[in-house]
Amino acid sequence: MANFSIIVPIKEVPDIEKVNFDREKGRIDRSSATSEPNPFDLNALEEAVKIKEEIGGNITVISMGPPQAEDTLRDAIARGGDKAILLTDKGFAGSDTWATSYTLATAIKKLGHYDLIICGEKTVDGDTGQVGPEIAEVLDIPHVSYVNKTIERGKDSIIVQTEVWGRLYKKELKFPGLITVTKDLNEPRLPTLTNKLKAKSAEIERWGLDDLLDTGDEKHFGIKGSPTSVVNIEVPKEKGRKSKIFEGKDAAKKMVEQLRKDLGGI
Amino acid sequence: MQLKRWLNNYVRIWGVYDMAYDESEGEGVWIYCEQEKGEIHPVSYELLNKGRELADDLNTHLTALFLTPDGSDAQELVYRGADRIYLLEHDNFNYPNEIPFRENIVKLVEDNKPEILLIGATHFGRSLAPRVAGALETGLTADCTGLKIEKGDFVQIRPAFTGNILAHISTDRCPKMSTVRYKEFDESERDTGREGEIIDIEPLEYDGPDVKILNEMIIEDINIQEAEIVVSGGKGLKDSQDFEIIEELCSTLGGTVGSSRPLVDEGWISRNHQVGYSGNRVKPNLYIACGISGAPQHLAGMKESKIIVAINTDPSAPIFDYADYGIIGDLYEVVPKLIKELREG
Repeated sequence: MANFSIIVPIKEVPDIEKVNFDREKGRIDRSSATSEPNPFDLNALEEAVKIKEEIGGNITVISMGPPQAEDTLRDAIARGGDKAILLTDKGFAGSDTWATSYTLATAIKKLGHYDLIICGEKTVDGDTGQVGPEIAEVLDIPHVSYVNKTIERGKDSIIVQTEVWGRLYKKELKFPGLITVTKDLNEPRLPTLTNKLKAKSAEIERWGLDDLLDTGDEKHFGIKGSPTSVVNIEVPKEKGRKSKIFEGKDAAKKMVEQLRKDLGGI
Repeated sequence: MQLKRWLNNYVRIWGVYDMAYDESEGEGVWIYCEQEKGEIHPVSYELLNKGRELADDLNTHLTALFLTPDGSDAQELVYRGADRIYLLEHDNFNYPNEIPFRENIVKLVEDNKPEILLIGATHFGRSLAPRVAGALETGLTADCTGLKIEKGDFVQIRPAFTGNILAHISTDRCPKMSTVRYKEFDESERDTGREGEIIDIEPLEYDGPDVKILNEMIIEDINIQEAEIVVSGGKGLKDSQDFEIIEELCSTLGGTVGSSRPLVDEGWISRNHQVGYSGNRVKPNLYIACGISGAPQHLAGMKESKIIVAINTDPSAPIFDYADYGIIGDLYEVVPKLIKELREG
């Protein structure tokens, strides 16, 4: 029987808290922020490591991005990934969520056997949350989104808790399957020094467009394969509210009077 | 099945889409009416409102897809603006398992070829829509806050980079799919004089389950996104115990407690209370920020609130640029005074 195999797709993103935005030009100043692994993907990786510790198996981390996204994959190895694949090619540039999902799914198909795919709920830069379920669709496997807890982890299925329809659901997902996870799931641990050293010398496989053409159809990749495109960027006018500041020892009283005037019965 | 494969190969030769179809073939605006155990989710009425506007601009019809365990509310969708309802009743739709929903929606789309399909950006919608779009090999724009017809083209608007920019997105094939942020648009008005057609459709057989539902539990916890009043604490709080002050002001007002991210990261309060870009986006009538400086991450989650009140010791804190009213002072002094004033009133 094949080894239990977990796949974790990871994206390298700009540190969204630090990134500067040039309002005049309507452009992001990418040099202002360092890159980091998408924080949600670290929760996905942490859960993969926990499952591996419990039932054994191996973890493949996979990323699509420019050559420097290798750093993110090395970090993922330091955090417990066994094997890393970087999908990098000019032909992947300009991918929207569909083309991205298709590319990742095609690479996963090429890997052959897998049991469980774990994705972060969304990325902090794109903020769509679409890629996980779209990968599942391309691979034609079931998925559960917004998993905030894994309850029982087995080799044939996993029992998870998810929040949907204003309720908590306990669902059993048969493998092969995919889950997307929220930040409530776990606390990602930091890489140890030994693992960091191991990651430094780890081999990162690189696959380009040509490597994916036996499992994928060329017309779905990159900008040409992307049904959506950004046609315009609008820099919204900040509403800029004029703060009325209440001062003095009656400030709280004046504030409450004002709010009662505006809102009525409070 | 054979025929479908043959057709797919045929169109592939000609370089046309497999599952999606050309823009000129798409006709009509569709919305997916979300229900939870048979109860219509309010986002559906918001979609009907926006969908009606788009359909009128395109001079076409508005259709609602209603996949539900109990179709007795279908007429309500007519009153709320739909010209046509595809009603599919089955016990499968009593559970949030995406696959039977996807199967049926994809079939309806393939049979009828709408131009536009809108789905609410709820947890379920954001999980279902990518499966439908993926199956149809079409585009999907996430979490839209604006939708319009411009020179006959469907333009989807969504915030990007912490709301610093709004991206206008167009889709080159049909159906053009978007998920739409909840509480962004007003609900459509109810007009019992409206007429529409309810078409019963036999749901497809579904031989799952790929995902087995073992248990369900109603969440007693707060839903901050629905709150009319939110009182939030930030780094101005010195100790996790001190959330009590915020809670007291909150209960005096009958509101819900919110928090900025650092306190959630510290574990002082659960993530359900987090307001911000990576937490919950709220739009209450009154938002009171206590000891919150106003980092972009936080502002992105609350700046659409109707009235914003800021209490902070630092007069240069960015939160004051977004507030309607402010008090410059220590929350430990100001908040108890506010509570006292409110109780005396």
